[in-house]
Amino acid sequence: MSKITIPLGPQHPALKEPENFMLVLEGEQISGATVNLGYNHRGMEKAAEERTYIQNLYLIERVCGICSHSHTTCYITNVEEIAKAETPKRALAIRALFGELERVHSHLLWLGVAAYEMGFETLFMYTWRDREQVLDCLEMLSGNRVHYSINTIGGVRRDISAEQKAEVLKRIAYLEERTKYYVKIGTEESTILARTQNVGKLPYDVAIQRGAVGPTARASGVARDVRKDEPYLIYNELDFKVITHDTCDVFGRLVVRVLELVESYKMIKQILNGLPEGPIAVKVPMRLPAGEAVNHYEAPRGEDIHYLKANGTDKPDRVKVRAPTMANLQSVAYMMEGGWLADAPLVIAAIDPCMSCTDRAAVWDPKKGKTTVYGWEELRKMGIEHYKRRGVDFSRL
Amino acid sequence: MKIKDKLITWALLKSPWILHFNSGACNGCDIEIVDALTPKYDIERFGMVLKATPRHADILVVSGPVTRQQAKRLRTIYEQMPEPKFVMAVGACACSGGVFNGCYGVIPGVDKTLPVSVYVPGCPVRPEAIIDGVVKLIQSVEGKK
Repeated sequence: MSKITIPLGPQHPALKEPENFMLVLEGEQISGATVNLGYNHRGMEKAAEERTYIQNLYLIERVCGICSHSHTTCYITNVEEIAKAETPKRALAIRALFGELERVHSHLLWLGVAAYEMGFETLFMYTWRDREQVLDCLEMLSGNRVHYSINTIGGVRRDISAEQKAEVLKRIAYLEERTKYYVKIGTEESTILARTQNVGKLPYDVAIQRGAVGPTARASGVARDVRKDEPYLIYNELDFKVITHDTCDVFGRLVVRVLELVESYKMIKQILNGLPEGPIAVKVPMRLPAGEAVNHYEAPRGEDIHYLKANGTDKPDRVKVRAPTMANLQSVAYMMEGGWLADAPLVIAAIDPCMSCTDRAAVWDPKKGKTTVYGWEELRKMGIEHYKRRGVDFSRL
Repeated sequence: MKIKDKLITWALLKSPWILHFNSGACNGCDIEIVDALTPKYDIERFGMVLKATPRHADILVVSGPVTRQQAKRLRTIYEQMPEPKFVMAVGACACSGGVFNGCYGVIPGVDKTLPVSVYVPGCPVRPEAIIDGVVKLIQSVEGKK
C-alpha cells in the first residue's frame, strides 16, 4: 500500500493549540510522524532582555497560562539566588501551596481534555465543573483565576488568613471526595480502558533515551520528580509519594495524574496546617550583581528549567526557558509510530502538550533564509561538543 | 432587507456557532473560553456551540497576539467561514498585543490581520466577560435589522 502524508494542525479539531504533526500513513496505521513547531513563537526571551526583573515577572508568567506559577517560581528562584536574598519561610510555603493548587487545576483540566478526546464528554464536563473549585480557591487567595501573580521578588504579594485557610480546606475536602470517583471511573470504566490501554506505548528505556519528563516519564516507570530528587521551596518537609505506573501507555498516564491529585491534596493540607509564621517578603535591590543561575521546578507537565544571566543592571542579559512539553515531544513521535490514526489525538493529548511554553526552539538562519528546528540528536551532539570545549566529556552518557 | 437575509440573521441570533482559534496565546484565555462552555458558565444554553471547522462557524473567537507564523493561517481560516461572519478578539493580547507588544515574533492585535467586531479586554479575560462580549455582539447585530 502506498504511503500518504497528512498534516494534523495547526488548526485541527483535536488540537487546542497551534502545532503541526506530519503523519505518514499506511492505510489507517501511522508509520512515521514529524513534529513541526514554531506556530506559537512570540520571541519572549528576547523581549525579557529589554525589561526589568520585576516587569519580566509578569512577562514570564505569560509563557503559559496553565503553569504560570511554575514559570515565575523558577524564574524568581534564579533572581533571588543571584541577589542572595533570604526569602522568608512563610513565602516559600505559600509558593508551594500555589504550586500544588496549580497542579490540581492542571491535572483536572488534563483529565477533562483527555476524556473529550476519547469521546467521553460527560467526564469532561464533570472534571471542568470540579476544577472551578480550585479556580475559586486561587481567585480568593490571589485575586485572579488564571495568572495569579502571587510571586514577587523576595517573597509573595499576599498573605493567607485563617478564614481563607478554612475555605480552601473545605473545597479540598469536596475535591477529595470527587477524586475517589475519578479514580474508580479511570480504572474501571470499560470505555476508558478500551481507549487507553496499550495505546501510545513508551517503554522504560525509550522514555529515558528520549528524555521524557513528568507524568509521561512516571507512567513508563521512571521515578523522576524534581520535588523528590532535588527538593526546592519546602518540599523536603512534606510527606508525599512519587506516583509511578508500569503500563507505559495512555492508561498509565491517566492513573499517574489522577493519583497525583490525591498526593497534591495531601500536600495542600500539610502546607496549610503547618504554615510557618513570619513576614511574607523581604526587600531586594532593583539591580542584580553579575552572575548566572539555573533552576528546575516540577511543573504539572514535568521538569521546567530556567536559566538567568545577570550583568549588574536592572535588566537580565539572558533568560532561557526549557518547558516540559519540549522534552516530551520527542516521545510523542515515538508513541504514534505503529499506532492508529484515530488514536493520534489522544496520544498527543496524553503528554498534556502546552505549545505556548514550548515554542522557542526554532532557529532562523538569515543566510540560508530558512528555519531549522533542531532535533534531539543534533542538540545532543551540540551539547557534547560544547562541554568538550569546557573540558567535560559527556559522549558516553 | 431581503427575506433571505432576514432568515439568516434570525438563525444566526438563535444559535451563533463559534470557532476558537489560538493565534499564539499563552493558554490563559483559551482555558477561560472553554470554561465559558462548561457547566459553571455554560454558554451552550444560549445555543452557542463550539465547532471544529471554520465552514460551520459564525463567530471566530481569536485569542492571543497574532504570531507571524499564524497570521497567514488566521487569514485562511477567516476566508473559509461563510457570510455573515464576525470576529471576537478575546484578551488583552488579541486587542492590542498586551504584554507581548514589542516581541519580534508578534503582529500585535488581531485587527491588524482581520476586521474585528468585538474586543473583550482582560488578561486573562473572565468567562463572564466573554459572555458579555457575545451578548454585545448579538445586540449590535439585532440593532442593524
